[in-house]
Amino acid sequence: MAGLGQRSDKGERPQGAAACRIGIENRVLRIEATGDWSIVHLDPVDRELRAVTSGEIEADRAIIDFSGISRFDTASATVLERTAFFLGERGLKVDLTGVNDAQQLLLDKIDSCGIPEPVRVPGPPLYIEILGKIGETTRAIGAEARGMLGFIGGVMSAIWRTILHPGRFRMVPFVHHMEKSGFDALPLVCLLTFLIGAVVAQQGAVQLRTFGAEVFTVNLIAIIFLREVGLLLTAIIVAGRSGSAFTAEIGSMKMREEIDAMRTLGLDPMDMLVVPRVAALMITLPLLTFIADIMGLIGGGLVVQVMLGMSPAVYIERVAAAVDFWTIAVGLIKAPFMAAVIALVGCRAGLSVTGSAESVGSMTTSSVVRSIFLVIVLDALFAMFFTAVGV
Amino acid sequence: MAKKGEPIIEVEGIDTRFGDHVIHENLDLTVKRGEVIGIVGGSGTGKSVLLRTILGLKKPDAGRVRVFGIDFTTLPEEERRKNEQRWGVLFQDGALFSALTVAENIQVPYREHLHLSQQLMDELAAIKIAMVGLRDTAGALYPSELSGGMRKRAGLARALALDPEILFLDEPTAGLDPIGAAAFDELINDLKETLGLTVFLVTHDLDSLHATCDRIAVLAEKHVILVGTIDDMLRSSHPWIHEYFHGPRARAALAGK
Repeated sequence: MAGLGQRSDKGERPQGAAACRIGIENRVLRIEATGDWSIVHLDPVDRELRAVTSGEIEADRAIIDFSGISRFDTASATVLERTAFFLGERGLKVDLTGVNDAQQLLLDKIDSCGIPEPVRVPGPPLYIEILGKIGETTRAIGAEARGMLGFIGGVMSAIWRTILHPGRFRMVPFVHHMEKSGFDALPLVCLLTFLIGAVVAQQGAVQLRTFGAEVFTVNLIAIIFLREVGLLLTAIIVAGRSGSAFTAEIGSMKMREEIDAMRTLGLDPMDMLVVPRVAALMITLPLLTFIADIMGLIGGGLVVQVMLGMSPAVYIERVAAAVDFWTIAVGLIKAPFMAAVIALVGCRAGLSVTGSAESVGSMTTSSVVRSIFLVIVLDALFAMFFTAVGV
Repeated sequence: MAKKGEPIIEVEGIDTRFGDHVIHENLDLTVKRGEVIGIVGGSGTGKSVLLRTILGLKKPDAGRVRVFGIDFTTLPEEERRKNEQRWGVLFQDGALFSALTVAENIQVPYREHLHLSQQLMDELAAIKIAMVGLRDTAGALYPSELSGGMRKRAGLARALALDPEILFLDEPTAGLDPIGAAAFDELINDLKETLGLTVFLVTHDLDSLHATCDRIAVLAEKHVILVGTIDDMLRSSHPWIHEYFHGPRARAALAGK
């Protein structure tokens, strides 16, 4: 075979690095290993030896000489042991010479581990994998929908129990969550809705001006904010802020087995964790929405005053003329439903955390994505409903 | 190659504080090449903190640490990384990378520091997996699919990937069943024998101390109060050491020997 009988190490290798002289004489294959055989220098000699054992060998005996090796470790022992094993498989009688005690110890250790079979994970063909993914996802969606329905039922019955026995209601966590998901969200909600109100007004004014209808900017802001945007923005902010917090809080409790501990102490996690959160969010989201509506109108009003020169008094008057009771009511009626969706999705995701820390992370992500998705779907359904009933 | 018995880890006058809370005060410890040293001490005496200080994960407030005769804090980045390859660490729960399989975990140091063919890396990973006593099917599993004991073994396999000179073990037998723990002790002895390892063993496990340690260092009162063999420990009159090595559990562990 090619390369046999020549000195096989090449010039670019560092001084003293692992080398092996491979040669055949009188049907005896001699492999003389020299130099530093630690793992750092192992790759080139590994390739050479692999080429030898996989190529044609015109020999009946093999001698592997260790006496020139200056450094030896488990990796080099693995490579040489493997070489000896494969030569043996090919019907050669293999002798190892010049092996010192420490090397022998390592060789024996590797030998006792067995010749390594490279770790490989066989995968199915691509189309099967794609089909499998689709099937799995479909099944998971079905299972999730069923699970969510069951969870909603569980929460409903817990709420019913609370109504029958008001003493069971956990006042302290309820107030705590109102503060955390409602009061603490105020600055963010106010700032964002104020800015969006201003942006909508500015864009509206620019577009409507081309028709000479810039006074209707006020109607645009008032209706869009009170009916849709105020609530949607708030719900999305709350889903990102509080929905994720619910999942992370409950999820890490689940991970530390606190939920199991509650059960063994005769406490119902539904009563302790879920009901207060759902109730708190159902109260705070409408309130936040109302404030968001006001802030959006203020933001819009400011822009209208600057761009159209409309005084605040006239602005308020025009807003009042543009909206009626139902415009505001449509926005606020939707709020508790969205709050329930966000809280239920968040709590359920938290309770479905399994043991590991990464599942808290992935459940939190999916809880936010799911609740925002559902909030928007719900909003579309409400839009259809309100159109149908004609408000 | 350095000789057996010379100091390999030298800790001199370490102070460690967390705010006002003093963990170590003027702590000295020398570990010799080729020995298994067990670090014992009550909970909160800073055994793991000492381990982290030696590894350079925590900067001491005073004093210095030399490993392989080198003060790592003064070393340029490149040199430090090179020398860090000379030790392996097994953290309490294995600290395996959760996104990688066991075999890939073991191959991380190969991939990062060396140029090896995939085939050779696969073979080496398989050998390490066999060495720590895992079944060869374990290589394709993710850490979340392993039991606690298997995770520790897999963590050990990764720590051994580059044939380190020092092996740091943080409570390796905690949480293992007695059979698994005994097998782990045996594994440590075996590896020390074949690979010529120096082992720095933080443990609470009296059986482990008896089975593996050449010397034991006792951490109490903010520093190392005694270093010596198990017989030295048994002879010591210090109340905590006496309590530790003559308590009911210690007697049971000794009786088994």
